[in-house]
Amino acid sequence: MKRLMPGVGLLVALLVALLGAVFLFQLWWEPGSDQRAVPVAYRGEQVRQGAYLARAGNCMACHTARGGAAYAGGRAIATPFGTMYGPNLTPDSTGLGAWSADDFWRAVHNGKSKDGRFLYPAFPYPNYTRVTRADSDALYAFLRTLAPVKQPNREHALRFPYNQRPLLAFWRTLYFSAGEYVPEPARGALWNRGAYLAQGLGHCSACHAPRNALGASLGEKRLGGADLAGSGWHAPALGPGAGGDVADLTELLHTGVSARKAVAGPMAEVVGRSLQHLTADDVGAMAHYLVSLPAVAVGGEGLLPPAPVLRQGGKLYTAHCASCHGDQGEGSARSYPALVGSNALGTSNAIRLVLGGGYAPSTAGNPRPYGMPPFAQVLSDAEVAAVLAYAGASWGNRAPAPAAYEVERLRTGE
Amino acid sequence: MHRLLALLILSFALLPPAHGTPDGMKARTAACVACHGAEGRATGAGYFPRIAGKPQGYLYDQLINFRDGRRVNASMNHLVANLSDAYLAEMARYFAAQHPPHATPTVAAVPASTLARGRQLALQGAPARKIPACVACHGQGLMGVEPAIPGLLGLPRDYLNLQLGAWRSGVRKAAAPDCMSHVARSLTADEVVAVTAWLSGQPPLGTPEPATAPLPLPCGGVQ
Repeated sequence: MKRLMPGVGLLVALLVALLGAVFLFQLWWEPGSDQRAVPVAYRGEQVRQGAYLARAGNCMACHTARGGAAYAGGRAIATPFGTMYGPNLTPDSTGLGAWSADDFWRAVHNGKSKDGRFLYPAFPYPNYTRVTRADSDALYAFLRTLAPVKQPNREHALRFPYNQRPLLAFWRTLYFSAGEYVPEPARGALWNRGAYLAQGLGHCSACHAPRNALGASLGEKRLGGADLAGSGWHAPALGPGAGGDVADLTELLHTGVSARKAVAGPMAEVVGRSLQHLTADDVGAMAHYLVSLPAVAVGGEGLLPPAPVLRQGGKLYTAHCASCHGDQGEGSARSYPALVGSNALGTSNAIRLVLGGGYAPSTAGNPRPYGMPPFAQVLSDAEVAAVLAYAGASWGNRAPAPAAYEVERLRTGE
Repeated sequence: MHRLLALLILSFALLPPAHGTPDGMKARTAACVACHGAEGRATGAGYFPRIAGKPQGYLYDQLINFRDGRRVNASMNHLVANLSDAYLAEMARYFAAQHPPHATPTVAAVPASTLARGRQLALQGAPARKIPACVACHGQGLMGVEPAIPGLLGLPRDYLNLQLGAWRSGVRKAAAPDCMSHVARSLTADEVVAVTAWLSGQPPLGTPEPATAPLPLPCGGVQ
């Protein structure tokens, strides 16, 4: 045993040295610091561009408390590691008042705060690192024009050890590679614009790609879908067929409804607060990019639900659902989504929608949307499961039926 | 000839949006009916307040408050989260114009002295503690005042208790200065019990009155 001790001691020392080296490297590493602000001829245009990009990134969603002052922070964001609070972006001393354009670029591109602290990747800088210096400067210029709001940032409420910010050095080493978007010329300008928006400010992968136990998104190039931790919503896989063809998907993302679909839950906010404010060309480019992603194989579930469940589900469907969604699940274009081929069936989204209902967002293209009633008061857990079993097994659908306990678990959610 | 042509052209504007989808607010507010009842009617049981016949300004303020988080109810917060001001105003106008009959109120099973105390608070208030009478703001008939003050009759007792409790604890807020927050916090718990017991037993008669006298308290939601 005594002979092993020096060997073990050496290994431990090496390990500590390695970890220390990784930490020091992350402190020192400043990718993009060679990039300088490019002076612009016309400031007004830059600010307008920045306002547009802030819409594209939907910055307000995390940086504005519900009913609070714009961009002043304070919004609680639930994560599997605890609750985080979006900081103040207004040009007050409690916000970004002392920040320069270089400081802002460092945060967006390299995920570091003005004082060099590592930012938590709840701020999706692994996506925002794709943003060009010029766009970062435009965003900065826009944020400088906001009304300054005195609102000190609230400390995140994270569990140990996630509240130890220096440990992010290791997360960064494993999961973060900085770099502006690199165009693929062979794909054409439209595809590249869409890829730049979707991978960068759009940060679609932040919800639509699965995350591992340390919260890192697994693959921005293959948006295979993911459950949104703690919210009870599911972000479906994106790719060909997810939203119809390019024209359908463009309409869905720009107006909130299309011939067979409607956005709901968190995506209703994304369309309502962000995508509806982009140009039809930009949304079309994103759609063009998204349908080009590799198709994600959806497992066809084998067994049909038992006949009594289908019978009960069918009766409930006729009584409560058919008047809007149609006897054949065909829906009604731009009003009531079709249930044939719905990607909500088989996920928690279908349960949340039946329990809590919901409206598509008000958009310029669909200002007075139709809404779905909540059925939580009307249907029991078993009845919700039965009607979803019926819809999931009818009209060519092959979506798995939920269990009654899954319905019960989602009743207490928001 | 020109008139006929104009009529023909105008008639296209009345086409429904898609095959078989009814246009108009009745179809668009189907999501509201599930809890608030057809035409916004609420019965004596349950927590879902009557919204039919409420002043349009009040309904609009509440929809905005739910959207912006000043009122907290998971179901309402979710349903109106992404709807525009204009659309919420249209919904408010729609329900303000509905006047279905009221359900017969249930008199609360409390001692007569409690009901008498509740009546006194509702009609006279507690001037020594600067608590105005309910009738001073909510109308002599307690059926509300246009454009933005709701009636207090025809509501479930549970709902009245919940709202006064929510103002006391700060869960429910209105635009500043929050007059109801002051009133709810000035009442004692026994007084809340008494006034909701009396209000929930009164038969709702009439409709919101036009505004006449100035309010005894400054009230952000109304000015």
